[in-house]
Amino acid sequence: MALAAAFFYLFAGIVVASAFMVIAAKNPVHSVLWLILAFFNAAGLFLLLGAEFLAMILVVVYVGAVAVLFLFVVMMLDVDFAELRQGFLSYLPVGAVIGAVLLVELLLVLTTGLFAPESTAVAQVPIPDDVSNTEAIGQLLYTRYVLFFQLAGMVLLLAMVGAIVLTLRHKAGVKRQDIGAQVARDPATAIEVRKVESGKGI
Amino acid sequence: MPGPAITPELLVAMSPELLLAVGAMVLLMVGAFSREGALGIVTGGAIALIVTAAALVLITPGGEPQTYFGGSIVIDDFARFMKTLTLIGSLAAIVMSIDWMRTARLEAFEYPVLIVLATLGMLIMVSAGDLIALYMGLELQSLALYVVAAIQRDSSRSTEAGLKYFALGALSSGMLLYGCSLIYGFTGTVELEAIANIVGREGASLGLIFGLVFLVAGLAFKVSAVPFHMWTPDVYEGAPTPVAAFFAAAPKVAAMAIFVRTLISGFPTITPEWQQIIIFVSVASMLLGAFAAIGQRNIKRLMAYSSIGHMGFALVGLAAGSEAGVRGVIIYMTLYLFMTIGAFACILAMRRNEAAVEDIEDLSGLSRTNPAMAFVLAMLLFSLAGIPPLAGFFAKFYVFLAAVEAELYPLAVIGVLASVVGAYYYLRIVKLMYFDEPAPAFDRMSRELATVLGISGFVTILFFAFPWPIIQAASAAAKSLF
Repeated sequence: MALAAAFFYLFAGIVVASAFMVIAAKNPVHSVLWLILAFFNAAGLFLLLGAEFLAMILVVVYVGAVAVLFLFVVMMLDVDFAELRQGFLSYLPVGAVIGAVLLVELLLVLTTGLFAPESTAVAQVPIPDDVSNTEAIGQLLYTRYVLFFQLAGMVLLLAMVGAIVLTLRHKAGVKRQDIGAQVARDPATAIEVRKVESGKGI
Repeated sequence: MPGPAITPELLVAMSPELLLAVGAMVLLMVGAFSREGALGIVTGGAIALIVTAAALVLITPGGEPQTYFGGSIVIDDFARFMKTLTLIGSLAAIVMSIDWMRTARLEAFEYPVLIVLATLGMLIMVSAGDLIALYMGLELQSLALYVVAAIQRDSSRSTEAGLKYFALGALSSGMLLYGCSLIYGFTGTVELEAIANIVGREGASLGLIFGLVFLVAGLAFKVSAVPFHMWTPDVYEGAPTPVAAFFAAAPKVAAMAIFVRTLISGFPTITPEWQQIIIFVSVASMLLGAFAAIGQRNIKRLMAYSSIGHMGFALVGLAAGSEAGVRGVIIYMTLYLFMTIGAFACILAMRRNEAAVEDIEDLSGLSRTNPAMAFVLAMLLFSLAGIPPLAGFFAKFYVFLAAVEAELYPLAVIGVLASVVGAYYYLRIVKLMYFDEPAPAFDRMSRELATVLGISGFVTILFFAFPWPIIQAASAAAKSLF
């Protein structure tokens, strides 16, 4: 138990510290990197709780997809962060109100047991010993909910087709990379040796 | 914990959906890998798919409702009837787009594929037995519709229509999902049957009613009923005409089907609670459809307001909440589908010198330049106005009959008055066609459009002679919900 507690404080400490660095870092790329560190340590916290599926999903989805997307946005779009921070004071009251509302909501969720004592009993779903998280989800997802799983696949396929239909344009006269042609190049076709007379260019 | 096995019965029952899903993927491959002329092959393939799916729906034996996937999918007479209607609507949409694609020089082979995928979503919606299947089907359908609305990328109006529809549609999906989650939270289940049992046993809590209101709002958006109709005129006007024809037909039928199924089989014991919402939505739609269409100059906008009004009339049947009411809704949607498709076939035929015209004035004197088209269009418009002995009269007759039987007299009276007001703008077009100076003639109508128009005119004009097949099938379908 002591080891688990030690790891908990390690992960939790790093999450809080790196979350702070996300908003404190001057360079937005550094912010995203700190965010990735926070995600990794949150995944560690999930592992300690025995929720290995959530931990893996967090790494795959948030680190693998979302954070990379953030990095792309930050690096490819020329966002002037100094300019974005200019209105900080004028937006402060609104931000403070939203923050306060969020805080109250969080406190209400944590103290549900005080207002409705019966809710804690409902929340305590028995955890079976012999089935792991991932196994339990898999057993339901591919049997009882196989229809929805497949339908979700169709929705994603449709989203992909839709994005291509609406954005892909075949323009004539555009120079594209042709990997086949690049690989097929050899010194005989790529290099031309010429005799250059002195005092003249080609 | 073993789940439901993939049994032969399951495969047979789901065969239309499986066929459309696999077929859409195959067509996508065919389109992506063939270099030239993919559109023709894919369009032909999509038509074959939809016809086969309709045949599969029709040959599955009727009788007792069957549930699959632990109650997520219900196959009963109601689902089979509405699926057939939806497939007819999609088929007409693809057939009517052939000529338009040719003249607009739009080589988008994805269009038929998107229609097939939308149809798949609609079939799931129609036989959804729980809220998750409802939402998944609805999203599959809506996502395809957003894309086809914007498929003419070079037209800013088409893009605007797609974007507008997407923004408002996403909002309505959010409301629907919020409603579903509240209902799940207060009943502990997403299955319609189980919800009905729990509500019947414990009554409706405030939270459940709250969820129900959001659910109804989301569904009302999909059938474009007032006050969630704002997108309809803009999207119909901006989207390419065959797309608008598709929007007005199949998705409306599917959305109305799931509207009816959700309320009738999910909340039968608290009818008064949702009845008042449906009555309000229905009255508002009928009145707005009747009055707002009067000032329209663009025929696609006019059809948009007309479809809002017609959804109001169909909801009168649902407001009755009885078996006769559901039968009225089914008959209404059947005849509305045929009338709308015919009217849009005429709108698609309004072309001069290879360019589409959309003003009502362009129809002036059509009886002298193209008497056959003028006659069929006049019959369709009389029918939409509800003048006997055409099909539209019977459609209205059965919903108002159900409303009167359910003692909703004010609703029936308002409905009749609204249809009188609505008759004005339909008759104005007939007057333009028959009594005004002729405008220049339209181009020759393509063979596909003439076929679609012929079938829809045939059903509309001759329904009074052979109404029983449709009415009996509708009665059986309505019965399977109760």
